[in-house]
Amino acid sequence: MNFLSTHEMTIYFVVLSIFVGIEVIGRVPTVLHTPLMSGANAIHGVVIVGAIYVMLNVEPSDYVALALGFLAVLLGTLNVVGGFVVTDRMLEMFKKK
Amino acid sequence: MSHSIISIAYLIGSVTFVMGLKMMSNPKTARNGNLVAAAGMILAILVTILFHEREVPGFVYGLIFAAIGIGTVVGWMAAKKVQMTKMPELVSLFNGMGGACAALIGLMEYHHNLGNTGALLSIVAGLIIGSVSFSGSIIAFLKLNGTMNQPIRLPQYNSINTLLMAAVVAFGGWVVVASPDSQAILFALFGAAIVYGILFTVPIGGADMPVVISLLNSFTGLAAAFGGFLYDNKIMLTGGILVGSAGTLLTLVMCEAMNRPLSNVIFGAFGGSSAAAGSNTEKGSIKDISVSDTATLMNYSKKVVIVPGYGLAVAQAQHVIHELETILEERGVEVKYAIHPVAGRMPGHMNVLLAESNVSYDKLVEMEEINPEFSSTDVVLVVGANDVVNPAAKTDPSSPIYGMPILDVENSTHIIVNKRSMNAGYAGIDNDLFYNPKTSMLFGDAKGVLTKLVSELKTM
Repeated sequence: MNFLSTHEMTIYFVVLSIFVGIEVIGRVPTVLHTPLMSGANAIHGVVIVGAIYVMLNVEPSDYVALALGFLAVLLGTLNVVGGFVVTDRMLEMFKKK
Repeated sequence: MSHSIISIAYLIGSVTFVMGLKMMSNPKTARNGNLVAAAGMILAILVTILFHEREVPGFVYGLIFAAIGIGTVVGWMAAKKVQMTKMPELVSLFNGMGGACAALIGLMEYHHNLGNTGALLSIVAGLIIGSVSFSGSIIAFLKLNGTMNQPIRLPQYNSINTLLMAAVVAFGGWVVVASPDSQAILFALFGAAIVYGILFTVPIGGADMPVVISLLNSFTGLAAAFGGFLYDNKIMLTGGILVGSAGTLLTLVMCEAMNRPLSNVIFGAFGGSSAAAGSNTEKGSIKDISVSDTATLMNYSKKVVIVPGYGLAVAQAQHVIHELETILEERGVEVKYAIHPVAGRMPGHMNVLLAESNVSYDKLVEMEEINPEFSSTDVVLVVGANDVVNPAAKTDPSSPIYGMPILDVENSTHIIVNKRSMNAGYAGIDNDLFYNPKTSMLFGDAKGVLTKLVSELKTM
């Protein structure tokens, strides 16, 4: 019960965000499924913020954590940069018309 | 002070994610939508690094910037260089990277939060979901690029997978409650989740990979959201949950386009019964047609409909087909493209490929609109498509694709099918359309055959 009351705002936030997510892509035409999936893929790259946060708080003498954190930031960046660039390439083709 | 700057930047970032996704749902604004979301992401990353409250040694900043630098260059190059046909597997790979990132966060944060059940719950959930998404995406990548082209099924794989899933969840639950101070146990959980991700994906046929990628995409979103829960980080929460819910909806929409429930995709109907399906039906004979006969037939047609499939993309024949379309139009033949919702490897993939070769947008006609037009069509040219024109989807209840809406090409006067050989389609099932008396087979590599067809037409 304690958990519920301390996290009440976050829980509201989560539930309402779920509805926003559903509403926002409610009527997407089939042509855009692939780019949209790719764009969403880039957005969950926001996990990189967590990886950076871990790195900033890591004990500077903890080499294992530094190595893992480095890897996490690297992988997160690949997700973000690759995701947005590949989506842009897909959508670029629609714009030519 | 720096705390409020971070808060405001995260708020702006969250809004750009919502707006970006919204704009990406409309062809006109889609490209800008992607850029808006990307701008929000850059802002979020910058403020996270620049406005951190604690003192951080310089070399840690060095490491962070080095990782971002390498990731940017590699990700950028990979995304710029990839061929359009290979995009789905690249998206899958990037998704796996995000999953691995979430899993690593869990591995690193665990021992800082021993005894804190709420935090451990987020950490373990992020770790498990991220790991499953990582290994599953890598398998999906291998399947799409053809390295692993046969579904691998252990005996009783559904029961094994369900049991393993229950075991991983129970293991994770125990770790949350007992919070054992042991790296080894944590790595065992990580390993178990990786194995589950592999076993979850390997039995699923290649044709269903887009659905799997979309599902794993929403998994990674969920894993990111658990990270947001752990740090009470609003932008990770919004970004993660948006992708989690939008991705789930997108997955269901894709399944709907194939007229198959999600459970059917995951618990595997494709392939299992395919050996039996079709083989017991009566086969007619196959009729060949030459390139010059095809050219003549098309030249004197009023209306030609082209049904492009993944084979067209693989052969890189999208430019030649546009040339064919142009030359036929010059001769007064009406040309349209019939686009099945799942043509290519992902919904909408074919539109992207044809747009790349300058095919006009209004010539791409979706299935519902083109189907009534086939009866007034003189020639249908099927290039590298198979399952989406397989009449078994309508007539054979034992077929694994039974119930999937297909293009009614058999209503037209002539059907010409270009294929490299008589191999079965991606779903691994035979196609009775090839034995239809109206059907003529034009064997050969799509690019070579179409090039010959174009030059033949030019001489007429």
